[in-house]
Amino acid sequence: MSIEIEAVSKSFGTFAALKDVSLKVPSGELVALLGPSGSGKTSLLRIIAGLESPDSGRILFDGEEATRRQVQERQVGFVFQHYALFRHMTVFDNIAFGLTVKPRKSRPGKQEIRDRVHNLLKLIQLENLADRYPAQLSGGQRQRVALARALAVEPQVLLLDEPFGALDAKVRLELRRWLRRLHDEIHVTSVFVTHDQEEALEVADRIVVMNGGRIEQQGTPSEVYDRPATPFVYDFLGSVNLFHGRVHEGTAQMAGFRVSSPENASAHDAPAVGYVRSHDIAIERDNAGSGGIKAEVRYLLSVGAMVRADLALNDGDRSIEAELPREEAERLKLKVGDHVYARPRKMRVFVEDYQI
Amino acid sequence: MAGVSGKNKVVPGFAPALGYTIFYLSIVVLIPLSGLFFKTATLSWADFVAAVTAPRVLASYRVTFGSSLAAALVNAFFGVLVAWVLVRYRFPGKKLVDALVDLPFALPTAVAGITLASIYSQNGWLGRYLEPRGVKVAFTPLGIAVAMVFIGLPFVVRTVQPVLEELDQEIEEAASCLGANRWQSFCRVLLPTMLPAILTGFALSFARAVGEYGSIIFIAGNMPMVSEITPLLIITKLEQYDYAGATAIATVMLVVSFVMLLCINLLQKWSRRFAE
Repeated sequence: MSIEIEAVSKSFGTFAALKDVSLKVPSGELVALLGPSGSGKTSLLRIIAGLESPDSGRILFDGEEATRRQVQERQVGFVFQHYALFRHMTVFDNIAFGLTVKPRKSRPGKQEIRDRVHNLLKLIQLENLADRYPAQLSGGQRQRVALARALAVEPQVLLLDEPFGALDAKVRLELRRWLRRLHDEIHVTSVFVTHDQEEALEVADRIVVMNGGRIEQQGTPSEVYDRPATPFVYDFLGSVNLFHGRVHEGTAQMAGFRVSSPENASAHDAPAVGYVRSHDIAIERDNAGSGGIKAEVRYLLSVGAMVRADLALNDGDRSIEAELPREEAERLKLKVGDHVYARPRKMRVFVEDYQI
Repeated sequence: MAGVSGKNKVVPGFAPALGYTIFYLSIVVLIPLSGLFFKTATLSWADFVAAVTAPRVLASYRVTFGSSLAAALVNAFFGVLVAWVLVRYRFPGKKLVDALVDLPFALPTAVAGITLASIYSQNGWLGRYLEPRGVKVAFTPLGIAVAMVFIGLPFVVRTVQPVLEELDQEIEEAASCLGANRWQSFCRVLLPTMLPAILTGFALSFARAVGEYGSIIFIAGNMPMVSEITPLLIITKLEQYDYAGATAIATVMLVVSFVMLLCINLLQKWSRRFAE
């Protein structure tokens, strides 16, 4: 089922959580709402679910008006950050709950409920824990039960509110890959909220970046990551270095670098900000006409396959962060205190007016 | 139990703590109560049976335990309601209502008894409207239950309130997303979660009602066989210097109360089997 959100606004007291937000979620897609806390992403999710009602605007399910529909009638599966499992029920009863509260005439028989719950237990790989209580499960197991419970009623839409937020790093990684595979199997239209950009990039078909109650950008993970539309998106996705300078007729002058910036061809000596991702900073031993500037290695940190380097530029009054593959660092024989040349491979320049 | 005193506990001193607990409980509870049994033991078995099964005594058991049970049930129901309103809604004067709940705790029981008796008597504020309709409260067993409800109210409210406060709104939201209507959410999700607390409140309210004396004697009318509670009968025996007879009845009360509380505790344990 497709979801359309038309010009939705919502305020809580004087705080405007959503400002005129419009969004289309095509049927069968897995969409991530990504943003910092207070950006309105959870409010939007709750409005889709019917747990909150918008102050203005409309929600359409498959083109049909659903703004005034009750939560119970919307056929949405909702997964909460803190699982919200019924702690007095076993895993089995939790998953069966949605089926057992159906009105008598549409309620499946006992045997059918049992079969369906067992199929879901198989799906979440917890077949032997059917009789446990939620208190006896680990966080990852609880979240999987919550997911199975939401799926049991065969929802048209699956909504997940920071589903992995309360889990530790390893379980989170495992579970989000599992969610991706699950979605590839069942293709239910899904929207999940997260503030973790890595999670959004890895799991989602499409990413909607939100900030201050508005949508900043939406697109596929690579679109959003490679071509951020606004400084905010640049800043929020991945670690980034900021340069201040000026841009004039398509050429930017930033802290000693000269970069062409065709999208700002009409700018006339305007103040501008340049963004360079850490892994887009190239480090060289010599400066063979590449336009790099002198830098001193201040600090080196190996994080898995990558090496993170803090570089002090020129006279040392400012520093940037570069990330390079480990073998690259080994080839360069980088040591703290080395003098090297740094050069941005790619820089995105925004004229200062757009600054947030 | 040895595991509890393991070396890796933050607070040391399992042995002295347990020792002190037992010592304290002995002084405060066990020794006075065993005195009761020793005094009772001065009676022969036949005398004991005769003392505790006299028709007037049996009638008083029925009045006391029956009214207490009824009062505790009423309190369980309305206590949950009061707790619900206090937790879930905001209204002017909420703090005042919250404080009002504890009043039966603080009020001297005799004051409560006299107040209730005068309100429900023939010419009282409420009695004047109830009596013409054939509802006699003061000086009847119904009056006893009313007094017991009054003194037992805070127990259920105060045990259920924190549980309700802790209950996550998300639980209800999850239930309604799954298609449950309000009634189903309440019966199948909220009520089972509150049940252990309700049972605790029920047990406390019941126990308090069984032991209540001061507020009841003013409103009960104290007619033998009809509205005479067991604690009053014990006092009567004491006034007649029949100490052994008084302790015999007290012993029966004690044992019955203990068994009932034990049952409620087991029930409570069952109702929170999920919280392992």
